[in-house]
Amino acid sequence: MRVPVSWLREYVDLPADLDVGELARRLTMLGLKLEALESPGADVSGPLFVGRVLDFEEEQHSNGKTIRWCQVDVGEPSARGVVCGARNFSTGDLVVVALPGTMLPGGFRIDARKTYGHVSDGMICSARELGLGDDHTGILVLGSEEAKVGDDAVAVLALRDDVIEFEINPDRSDALSLRGVARDAAIAYDVEFDDPAQRFPAATAGQGYPVAVRDVAGCDLFAALEVTGFDPAAPTPRWLARRVQLAGMRPISLAVDVTNYVMLELGNPIHGYDKQRLHGAITVRRAAAGERLTTLDGVERELDPDDLVIADDRGPIGLAGVMGGEATELSAASTDLVIEAAHFDAPSVARCARRHKLPSEASRRFERGVDPTIAPIAALRTAQLLTRYGGGQVAPVATVVGQPGAREAIEMPADLPERVAGFPITATESRAALEAVGCNVAIATDELLVATPPSWRPDLRDPNDLVEEVLRVVGYDKVPSVLPAAPAGRGFTHRQRQRRAIGTALAAAGYVEAVCYPFMATADCDNLGLAPADDRRRATRIANPLSEAEPLLRTTLLPGLLRAQARNIGRGRSDVALYEIGIVVRPRPGEPTRPPALGVGRAPTAEEYAKLDAALPAQPLHMGVVAAGNRSPAGWWGPAREATWADAVQACRLVADVTRTPLEVESAHVPPWHPGRSAVLRLDGVDIGHAGELHPAVCRSYGVPVRTVAAELDLEALSASAADPLLAPVLANFPVGKEDVALVVDDTIPAAAVEAVLREGAGELLESLRLFDVYVGEQVGTGRRSLAYSLRFRAADRTLTEAEIAAARDAAVALAGERLGARPRG
Amino acid sequence: MSGPNTSYDPVRVAALSAEEVERMRAAGVAAVQGAGSLEELKAVRLAHAGDRSPLALANREIGALPPQARKEAGMRVGRARSEIATAIARRDEELQTEQERRMLLDETVDVTLPFDRDPRGARHPLTVLQERIAEFFVGMGWEVAEGPEVEAEWLNFDALNIGSDHPARTMMDTFFVDPPSARTVLRTHTSPVQARTMLTQPPPIYVVCPGRTFRTDELDATHSPVFHQVEGLAIDKGIGMSQLKGTLDHFATAMFGAGITTRFRPSYFPFTEPSAEVDLVCFVCRGAEPAVDSCRTCKGEGWIEWGGCGVVNPRVLVACGVDPAVYSGFAFGMGIERTLMFRNGVHDMRDMVEGDVRFALAFGSEV
Ligand SMILES: [Zn+2]
Repeated sequence: MRVPVSWLREYVDLPADLDVGELARRLTMLGLKLEALESPGADVSGPLFVGRVLDFEEEQHSNGKTIRWCQVDVGEPSARGVVCGARNFSTGDLVVVALPGTMLPGGFRIDARKTYGHVSDGMICSARELGLGDDHTGILVLGSEEAKVGDDAVAVLALRDDVIEFEINPDRSDALSLRGVARDAAIAYDVEFDDPAQRFPAATAGQGYPVAVRDVAGCDLFAALEVTGFDPAAPTPRWLARRVQLAGMRPISLAVDVTNYVMLELGNPIHGYDKQRLHGAITVRRAAAGERLTTLDGVERELDPDDLVIADDRGPIGLAGVMGGEATELSAASTDLVIEAAHFDAPSVARCARRHKLPSEASRRFERGVDPTIAPIAALRTAQLLTRYGGGQVAPVATVVGQPGAREAIEMPADLPERVAGFPITATESRAALEAVGCNVAIATDELLVATPPSWRPDLRDPNDLVEEVLRVVGYDKVPSVLPAAPAGRGFTHRQRQRRAIGTALAAAGYVEAVCYPFMATADCDNLGLAPADDRRRATRIANPLSEAEPLLRTTLLPGLLRAQARNIGRGRSDVALYEIGIVVRPRPGEPTRPPALGVGRAPTAEEYAKLDAALPAQPLHMGVVAAGNRSPAGWWGPAREATWADAVQACRLVADVTRTPLEVESAHVPPWHPGRSAVLRLDGVDIGHAGELHPAVCRSYGVPVRTVAAELDLEALSASAADPLLAPVLANFPVGKEDVALVVDDTIPAAAVEAVLREGAGELLESLRLFDVYVGEQVGTGRRSLAYSLRFRAADRTLTEAEIAAARDAAVALAGERLGARPRG
Repeated sequence: MSGPNTSYDPVRVAALSAEEVERMRAAGVAAVQGAGSLEELKAVRLAHAGDRSPLALANREIGALPPQARKEAGMRVGRARSEIATAIARRDEELQTEQERRMLLDETVDVTLPFDRDPRGARHPLTVLQERIAEFFVGMGWEVAEGPEVEAEWLNFDALNIGSDHPARTMMDTFFVDPPSARTVLRTHTSPVQARTMLTQPPPIYVVCPGRTFRTDELDATHSPVFHQVEGLAIDKGIGMSQLKGTLDHFATAMFGAGITTRFRPSYFPFTEPSAEVDLVCFVCRGAEPAVDSCRTCKGEGWIEWGGCGVVNPRVLVACGVDPAVYSGFAFGMGIERTLMFRNGVHDMRDMVEGDVRFALAFGSEV
């Protein structure tokens, strides 16, 4: 909302030496937030005078241009010679002359200059050059009654003003008018407010232009007032056009400018119809299916049965409260007018404006709530302004249909403002504040305040709404700062601590966290090579995605990570290791359930609450990593180490390790991974993730290097485990017995199986076991490999003998031989 | 062979004479002193203290002396041998020390060589900042509540007094899950977590809810369709605007440092009444009076909008099963990206969402 301060002063007695910045600050503290402060014309300085064209000669120049060499009287002893390119004036016209030394808007300095064979001693200005709008079709010609020769044009044209632009909160529809802003300005300076709605009279109700309201819910008040004999060619008074312009609307014609002016002044959007183009009674109703309307913007629209329309006998002539129709539009020939001032249902207007993507000044006001009682005043104010400046007659009576409901009184405990605000506010202060914003306070005792909110504040419904008004007037800045003491808390949950530990461990291991968008495309499922029946293809769809290309919620973290990976590589980084911890969305199996329809008058029951949750898809927390290039770069210490499938598996093992989860690893053949270089990760026999090298086709699809590795792990399963305190290990200090064994096994036998058998065979004397070498080659034969393990034995209560250690080792080797056909390497 | 030899002429055992022993001792000690390396010392040891050294040989001749002369000669030779041994030990230590000194010198390396063999990773600053905020509140006894990102429309809107005709519920701001009859949305704020908390645990409640939220904004330098919020909720007896102000003042100081104060100004949110916008005093110009028009951070206003807050609307308490006659509460919400942007001078929203590792790596482990 743009508010010219000079206009504001009409309704509120602001100090003469007003600091506009301070006004803006005070209004901001009242809830009308300063967006911008402009001082149009502040950069204009004279000598800028009203002058009279005494005479001119028209000259044709060789460049094809015709100019006028004018003699202009600016109130000086002798006339000035000025070259002018425009021709829309006659001898004797009053014009605005910028003499040498004048600064025009935008830092445009006027000097005497030689042009077209003359020395032009200044410039005759167009409206645009003066910052008065877009019109530059000719120079500005003043009416003889507007000014006299030698007047200061800055004052005559009201070139200088201050304009405050406010951001208006959705609950303050009243502040989308000068009337509403002025009321707050009066509060801000504790001065009188001259309410224009009381200053201007309402139209007398009677038999005017016929109106039928068929949808009372959509329109509870409709005023129609006729104006006849209006001169459509009459110009808009300069001050009025200037105010409309500074308020952010384009001056168009007297009729349009006046309707806009009244809307800005009183907040009620006004529509004017050309009476000659109306056919029969004006009807307010919902659109019928299939009806069409061409709106003022020239667009033919198909109407929705929910659209509230204004119609005449021929059909719809406007979208109520949104935009009028072309067929009944005021034109340069309209002499008889019907002025509409009405109150339309806010939600109805909001739906209509959105449906037709047609936000307008009118709909913006109606959908937030217009004062439902002001229409008869606005209608007459419009008619009077029209006839004052455009001639004609205002009909003696207006048709006024409907009666807006009276506001209900709100009862508020007198101490509520104090309790909510946290500092003393007396009932007297509350009463004064409520009256200042327009409430009618019927009772104000030490116990109770009963206040009826004003018609222009539809947002005030509850005692707490009144508290906000009281606090607004008393001052939000008076709220003291008191730190409440919360009861002792339990700290972070196990799950929260675990998530942090996992992130910290991955970061320490060289992975950088990416926070990716959780959207994906159907194409991602194809790019990942997922089978038609793969569960990851069952995704939740967004009804209104930002991009039609990515309408799904991710079922896996990999697409987002791979895109981030490709982006990093595209930006010139070759070694990238990323991780993400975030949810994926998995629709629940079976038919989706519907959530229960719940009101807000009570809390849902436990059963209803459970149904709300049951209708939501599952949203498990996952961990994903991708890595490409070197995990460890080459340097003076030696060669680089590339990221391999083993890094991906190790990332999962690391997560398992820090969360004390016993993770089992087995080879897997699951897309998007390389069938021979990927693992499934199991917890208690349940698959909770996969890791390994990505399938080369997947790498190509995402534009990441072939041999990029990745892992994804469901963290939900982990969060349940290891919550209980760990029983600390006993650290035995008896000597350790070390044994190395090398076993030759069939190369299809996984190392994990060999290790498991060795552990079992070695028995409880085994303290630790570690694979330290894998050998493949002639010495062990094709299809076989040698796995070398170092075993450490220790007992808690004694020093082991050579014989005991050897026996344990032999038992381990023997069991490996028996179960897996392993034989000791010779 | 060292048995007594009575036929031997004692006069001829010159090697055991005092002069001769002294000469051998002196020669031995001199040789030890002259050994310039452990190798040389080894040779000296062999020559002067070995089994075939002159003194060892001389010692064998003691038996040839008359018994009365043996003791003295024995002592004389023993002393000389002991002196040489001591000299060797001392010299050996000297040479060992010297050798190690030289070895350490030889092993000198260039310690300025970089050793970025195992590059570190990093957590994302958005994660770290959320955690830091959570830590601050946990320190005051609050708890951290979480909830689903794909949320029931009732919890995201209705329960929070956002009626079905509210503009926020249109397709213009909210991502709806298909089909719309599922009445499921991508949560537009973390407030449904507050509703869930009220519905599942009795007051008093002091929770903070960080998390991911969604609005249908196109990604640009200052907007993202996916962003993060932290919201707080306190429900207790006697809670109002002043406790809200106290909490946010403390929070602002913890996040932005001493002297960063807050300002409340009237605003509107359906779930709070009264509602306020909370501004922070501008870090750059510190709200200098008169306003510094040139301050680009606050556009000369002296204040920066941080978030929204207010006293929980009693209608919300009713819908969430809290008795407004007994309890009242406050709630607040801030954008994490926005906080990071002006706290850490992030210029472009895209830097936070694109996963460019240079961004996260720059922060180390702290924001
Ligand atoms: Zn500043």
